[in-house]
Amino acid sequence: MSKRVLLRGNEATAEGAIAAGCRFFFGYPITPQNKIPEYMAQHLPEVGGVYLQAESELAAINMVYGAAAAGARVMTSSSSPGISLMQEGLSYIVGAEVPCVVVNMVRGGPGLGNIGPAQSDYWLATRGAGHGDGRCLTYAPYSVQELYDWVGKAFEIAERYRAPVMILADAILAQMMEPCRLRPRAEPPPLDKPWTIGGDSSTRHRNIINSLYVDHDEMEEVNRRIQARYQQAMRDDLYYVESGADDPEILVVAYGISARVCETAVERANQAGVRCRLLRPISLFPFPSARLAEWAAQVRRILVVELSMGQFVEDVRLAVEGRCPVELLNRTGGNVVTPEDVTTKLLDMAAERPGRNE
Amino acid sequence: MSETTHIQLDNLQVIYKKPDALTDTPMRYCPGCTHGIAHRLVAEVIDELGIKHRTITIASVGCSVYAYEYFDTDAIQAAHGRAPAVATGIKRVRPDNIVFTYQGDGDLAAIGLAEVLHAASRAENITVIFINNAVFGMTQGQMAPTTLLGQKTTTTPTGRSVERGGHPINICEMMTCIPGVAYLARETMAAPKYVNRAKRSIKRAFEAQIRGLGFSLVELVSSCPTWWGLRPLEALKHIEEKMLPQYPLKVFVDKVSGAGEGGEGNA
Ligand SMILES: Cc1ncc(C[n+]2csc(CCOP(=O)(O)OP(=O)(O)O)c2C)c(N)n1
Ligand code: SF4
Ligand SMILES: [Mg+2]
Repeated sequence: MSKRVLLRGNEATAEGAIAAGCRFFFGYPITPQNKIPEYMAQHLPEVGGVYLQAESELAAINMVYGAAAAGARVMTSSSSPGISLMQEGLSYIVGAEVPCVVVNMVRGGPGLGNIGPAQSDYWLATRGAGHGDGRCLTYAPYSVQELYDWVGKAFEIAERYRAPVMILADAILAQMMEPCRLRPRAEPPPLDKPWTIGGDSSTRHRNIINSLYVDHDEMEEVNRRIQARYQQAMRDDLYYVESGADDPEILVVAYGISARVCETAVERANQAGVRCRLLRPISLFPFPSARLAEWAAQVRRILVVELSMGQFVEDVRLAVEGRCPVELLNRTGGNVVTPEDVTTKLLDMAAERPGRNE
Repeated sequence: MSETTHIQLDNLQVIYKKPDALTDTPMRYCPGCTHGIAHRLVAEVIDELGIKHRTITIASVGCSVYAYEYFDTDAIQAAHGRAPAVATGIKRVRPDNIVFTYQGDGDLAAIGLAEVLHAASRAENITVIFINNAVFGMTQGQMAPTTLLGQKTTTTPTGRSVERGGHPINICEMMTCIPGVAYLARETMAAPKYVNRAKRSIKRAFEAQIRGLGFSLVELVSSCPTWWGLRPLEALKHIEEKMLPQYPLKVFVDKVSGAGEGGEGNA
């Protein structure tokens, strides 16, 4: 039976992982996600799981690597500076082809920055899995319920592609409270898979988890195999949500907490007679490029709203390929775009015509 | 094959062979390098303890990066210095498996110092084989944290000085005060007389893990004839004459036999 409770985003994320059968968590405290390790420390032992506080994020992600290689559903969470430190381990996880989930509750940066909400790790998340040709499949929930649901889906996606999956949210989503519908906690899947290490190796061929390929052709082949999985994810694990006018003149594109703000603004603009539609990618990599290209051929203008200096907008522009003008409305450094900011911008854009050469 | 040869072969007796825990893959180590002896000793111990089927080898980054090809066990390759963290993740998921890391002095004492010290202080039930050859072998002979004062390396061309390179790090002495350590010893393979006691310490270290006593580490003072610029025999002599005064052989902690510090005495 599912029950509805009031939870912080951090707690929903942690409970979502436990409900999805995650039994191992390795992490290092950093604001604004401390409630995740705290929740794990309290609740993982209830289900026979292990919470371990690592000496650093470098160590945490490498513990995740070991646990994943041993077949566990395993997770870590951090915020921006800690995610920077995890890049090395993520690269090995990509290269060694093992699954795990990493949560990034993004805060203001660069440097030590601040603990305010930000979306300025967009490139780090969608481009980065450290060095080399790998990336993180990245999903961006926009509510407490979605954090709970998506962390669970993230494990399935990670295991499907034997790759790291990043849940990308921010300081607001991490700390705000909302009602959340909980499922009963599921049992973890068995540790043993054909590729995992551990258990009794005398009954099978010994397994090796490795990312060292000195033969260039072999390394290229591995990279092509990894890319093929990303292509498959583009077909099978691409997620976006649309709302607003069916025949928009302006398409608004935003993810995560920005999309939450844009929902209100798009509603208000439509009430004011400006036909707007919101496209909210949940999967940031894979990115809904084809869908964006379709809209770009139909709308007058596109407005991108993000809490960073123009990272997300680059993916939108790559998809739009100049078919229509793309404008950016952004705040950064811990500041948030308000529904008023976005509504005003939409009304201004509607007043400036024409937007495209027609 | 003739009848007589066949009979002769039947009469032969195997008195020395490759341990089961080693694969048939030819090792890539330089002539005179003691990495190979260290592998053999670890493999013999795995055979004698009957734990091959449940052992997991963790290769680090250094000349022994291919350890996963040499040990005939489940294996994983870890990022430079992070092997004890990877071992932690594995052991927490698979407490019934025997998990050991094989790390050089660059890997363990430079980039991975935090990981090994914290694994020890958590009393992580893993075993570390620590190869101290006082140099970064794989990357062509640069200074390591364990490089001796005065020792010439490719990055201390006039010899290591305190002013420019700092002091050598004695890992075992440093770890002696960590309560999570169940077995801690420094050994060498520089002459036959040292080899048996080195193997005994390696066995004790694995026994510590099997008995769930906590963290175990055996430092093996090793040779790198290639980057020391010495012939294999000279390199072994160099260990005895130059390395052992800085890195004396000793069982520092032994909770396996309960003998405590210095239980096995100095060599
Ligand atoms: C993050 C990172 N930095 C540097 C290197 C380059 N590197 C490879 S092996 C090594 C040192 C190896 O020395 P040691 O651990 O003493 O092993 P040995 O080769 O002497 O057995 C270094 C610096 C690397 N692979 N990764
Ligand atoms: S470079 Fe040194 S440590 Fe590496 S294999 Fe050769 S002798 Fe051994
Ligand atoms: Mg070395």
